[in-house]
Amino acid sequence: MLILHCPYCGVDADETELAAGGEAHLKRFGPGSSDEEFEGYLFGRENPRGVHLERWRHAHGCGKWFHAARCTATLEVFGTYSAQVTEPPAEIREAITAKRPGWSWREFS
Amino acid sequence: MSEAVSALAGARFEGAAVVADTGPRGMITVRGDLSDAKLVKAVTGAAGVAMPGQREARVEGAKGLLWMSPDELMVLLPYEEAPAAAEKIAKALAGSHHLVANVSDARAVFAVTGAAAREVLAKLTPADLHVSAFGPGQVRRSRFAQVAAAFWMTNETDFELFCFRSQAVYMFDLLSAAARKGAGVGYF
Repeated sequence: MLILHCPYCGVDADETELAAGGEAHLKRFGPGSSDEEFEGYLFGRENPRGVHLERWRHAHGCGKWFHAARCTATLEVFGTYSAQVTEPPAEIREAITAKRPGWSWREFS
Repeated sequence: MSEAVSALAGARFEGAAVVADTGPRGMITVRGDLSDAKLVKAVTGAAGVAMPGQREARVEGAKGLLWMSPDELMVLLPYEEAPAAAEKIAKALAGSHHLVANVSDARAVFAVTGAAAREVLAKLTPADLHVSAFGPGQVRRSRFAQVAAAFWMTNETDFELFCFRSQAVYMFDLLSAAARKGAGVGYF
């Protein structure tokens, strides 16, 4: 059972209240990009065993999207943060480093 | 004009707790910047209660304000007052980015009353309903079995909740089954 803290309404929401939104911080490659970049944007996804950054939506609650950092192996949640960012904030990175020293995920570490 | 009726026309179930359709209720969804003084003045004027903070419910009798999300409020009113109130709020917010919709006919409202009410709801929703976590003055949007709903307390024991009108029968059956005599868990 996964319980995520919604940073918008402050509720500790059960997994069944939420809708999973896939990988976080995707960078869009649209018109003018190379075929490889476009393919990567459409299909290239991380599938880590360990630290993962994801998008979630509090679908049965306030309806807001947010980001979550968690471990796919243990379901440990390192933190949740605003959807209006393009990279994990410093306190989230520190929280992950404290539990998983030397972690990296795409270009973040 | 045709006579307005609620989804289940006052259906009532009496078991360990009483589940009742509360009849037509005026409900106005207001979205916008909740810190905007114009918006605060318009909605508090319409409902006659103070502005609610995060996850707060300010309900007095038939009128009230529910905090639905960081940019959404629900205004509760007597059914007949909703159309005029919605128009008035929309007029007050003209010029700023907002949405005002009279959703009275799109929702069904139920009251779950009695000492077992807390347990009836706790059986159906993943929300934390422990006395220390949820009490009067708070509102929670969550899930009841398979449908979305929002609920708040009208006093120390009784709850009111609303869901989409099309799901009223499902919700009533669900609450009734959870409130059957002998179906108590005795957790609270």
